[in-house]
Amino acid sequence: MPVVWIPSLLRELTKGERSLIVEGETVREVIENMESRYPGVKDRLCNGEQLHPSISVVVDGHTGMLKLRQRLHESSEVHFVIAMSGG
Amino acid sequence: MTTTLPVDEKKDDYSVIGKNPHRHDGTDKVTGRAQYGADIRLPGMMYGAMLRSPHAHAHILSIDTSDAESVPGVRAVVTAKDLPDVESKIAELGEGTINLRHQSNNILAKDKVLYFGHAIAAVAAVNPHIAEEAVALIKVEYEVLPPVLNVRKAMQADSAILHEDVRTDELGKKGDSPSNIAAHFQNQIGDVEKGFQDAHVIVEREFFTSMVHQGYIEPQNATAQYSPDGQITIWCSTQGSFGVREQVAKILDIPISKIRVIPMEIGGGFGGKNGIYLEPVVVLLSCKSGYRPVKMTMSRSEVLAATGPTSGSYIEVKMGADRNGRITAVQAMLAYEAGAYPGSFVGAGMGVIFAPYRIENALVDGYDVLVNKPHTAAYRAPGGTNAAFACETVIDELCEKLNMDPIEFRLLNGVKEGDRRVDGPVYNRIGYLETLEAAKNSQHYRTPLEGSNRGRGVASGFWFNYGGKSSASASVNSDGTISLLTGSVDIGGTRTSIAMQLAEGLGISAESIRPAVADTDSVGYTEGTYGSRTTFATGWAAYEVSNQLKEKMLERAAMIWETEVNKIQFVKGVFLYGDKQITFAQLASRLDETGGPVVASAAVRPEHSGPAFATHIVDVEVDPETGKVQILRYTAVQDAGKAIFPNYVESQLQGGVAQGVGWALNEEYLYDDQGRLVNSSWLDYRMPVALDLPMIDTIIVEVPNPGHPYGVRGVGEVPIVPPPAALANAIYGAVGVRMNTLPMSPARVVAELNKQKG
Repeated sequence: MPVVWIPSLLRELTKGERSLIVEGETVREVIENMESRYPGVKDRLCNGEQLHPSISVVVDGHTGMLKLRQRLHESSEVHFVIAMSGG
Repeated sequence: MTTTLPVDEKKDDYSVIGKNPHRHDGTDKVTGRAQYGADIRLPGMMYGAMLRSPHAHAHILSIDTSDAESVPGVRAVVTAKDLPDVESKIAELGEGTINLRHQSNNILAKDKVLYFGHAIAAVAAVNPHIAEEAVALIKVEYEVLPPVLNVRKAMQADSAILHEDVRTDELGKKGDSPSNIAAHFQNQIGDVEKGFQDAHVIVEREFFTSMVHQGYIEPQNATAQYSPDGQITIWCSTQGSFGVREQVAKILDIPISKIRVIPMEIGGGFGGKNGIYLEPVVVLLSCKSGYRPVKMTMSRSEVLAATGPTSGSYIEVKMGADRNGRITAVQAMLAYEAGAYPGSFVGAGMGVIFAPYRIENALVDGYDVLVNKPHTAAYRAPGGTNAAFACETVIDELCEKLNMDPIEFRLLNGVKEGDRRVDGPVYNRIGYLETLEAAKNSQHYRTPLEGSNRGRGVASGFWFNYGGKSSASASVNSDGTISLLTGSVDIGGTRTSIAMQLAEGLGISAESIRPAVADTDSVGYTEGTYGSRTTFATGWAAYEVSNQLKEKMLERAAMIWETEVNKIQFVKGVFLYGDKQITFAQLASRLDETGGPVVASAAVRPEHSGPAFATHIVDVEVDPETGKVQILRYTAVQDAGKAIFPNYVESQLQGGVAQGVGWALNEEYLYDDQGRLVNSSWLDYRMPVALDLPMIDTIIVEVPNPGHPYGVRGVGEVPIVPPPAALANAIYGAVGVRMNTLPMSPARVVAELNKQKG
């Protein structure tokens, strides 16, 4: 199952857990499953049914352009990082 | 001098890529025929002028435009009342995001001005002089408020507040009370406390950097024609025409289908021309002036006072290393000025600051802070230069304490494929260590520096690079040339670097491609020229187009030879079948007899943009009497993945260094205590000129990006990241003072030397 790294500012909701093994074939499913274990997580990561605009999801080292729809595989590593743009 | 060092695992035999053809836009640009936004002349065109705030922070109590409207020749006056009341919501615009209400208020202030130069009202008149005269007659009543001009003071609880509705956001959790700290971010891995306990040497310093401007030569300009049928055409200087279309549509609440944006040639942007300032205003003026076209062009003072500079900042850095020089822990706090509205690039700075190093224990906090200065915009690796100045200076001090060569220290701690970033993700194939090896083996580094008051500095830098969305369309002409349309504004020569990737795929010359930058109605959606993405992503779209054209031309050849497509070979622009052959150009001349036109288009959104690393070496001589820093020699080493057009890559490296040198030694926004900008001209805002710089040598390292068909990595941004730190380290080597403030102007160097003397 995918491993999700928990941003430090979110660990207050995950009882200090720094990473979680979470079932899910997409980023959306992973967030939903995290929400069921740690209520409030989804609200912090998402703005309605979209990933929060200030957050990017990085899957296996690459920014997931499909965001919540980004596909995952069994050994995926998922990070929520600060969204940024360039000049 | 440019040296290219391929580190390619597989030998390439490109016939176009890696060469230096004539640039397609060269003749037009050197003969003055290229058309820029200010060159637009339309029948019946009006000229716009803007009223701007003389105060840094004030409530607007009233605006009286009646006198201005009565001036003969004035056709329209607009204020914020003419803008739709957009919601305070975040809109996603391609790569970035924007709060629509904040952007609307930045375009024309509604009830509060938040910086000196904030736009308040605009006039359209039959000539610019009448427009300016009318602007001067607009009466605004203000309630002046205390300005907030310093990032650290802005963070204090007793500071004046810019926005009563802004609460500190901490990954979705909002603070309880109004604050100038718009957001707090954090990256944390490992155990920092234990890491510092394991350190043999710890260095902890603080750094200050000033707000600086992108300094593009061409000021912002925009012309709009609002037609009676509701269709709008905008000509402007922008890094992204589709971004302008989206922003104008959102701000004016108009469907994007009603707006056509024609990007003109651009005289520099460096991140400062992603956002919009004038475009909605000229649209409104055109509509209100009886559907006449209206043009506005900013003066240099307006550009400096009211368009996106990059953040000034306050940064604390603490780093520890063991006896062998291995980094054991790092900690940083970055507070970046966002200007008048939330949204600095502190997040990027947090990502850049320790990116070149393999670190197990790290804590990085970042703060996005509101101050009464213009809303900051991207500037070439935005947020990165400030951060690297702090980290790379501390590393130099660690090296001194450990008696280690600065490149050896970086080789020991530098990241490679499989190492983890401080914000979590793991690097794929990168070329940082290769830049260090190239720097170490360079003629520059191997040549001892002699003479008094001279010193050598080394610093490294990182930039993420970005992929984004790009489209390209092409048609084969009967003379064997190809007309290529892309939506990528050409700032650094990307017409040619994109065309070369199309040409390579078809085995024809770069000169056989006729590349053009198309408007928003003529080509598929394409993000702006930012994020070092254009040669990477739009080049990839061109590569996909080349594959499609190749397949279609193979079918035509099969038709002529009355055989199967799979029996024909295509080798370097020649179709081969048995003992028969036909060149691409010859086949193009026979399209009519084989079915008519051949066209292709492609849209891509690549994800594997491939980060860029750079290592710079600089020698300086410091005059201890005046504090003037003379650069004696500069070498920039950078991993370009695959340099499509090496001369352009070299130009990007040199341009980035030149801007970094300006940021390091001279440039800064100077405000008086009331928040009025006092150096809003090139005379007083000191950018480097040719006499300030030596020839900047470049070494292009090529570690191909596995995420691109030709191995491309973006090259435009990372070269501005190392210069201030490299120069600070060189100054220390020359005269023994550690500079912690940008710019390291002569006065500041002298002040530090005087402190040293006691």
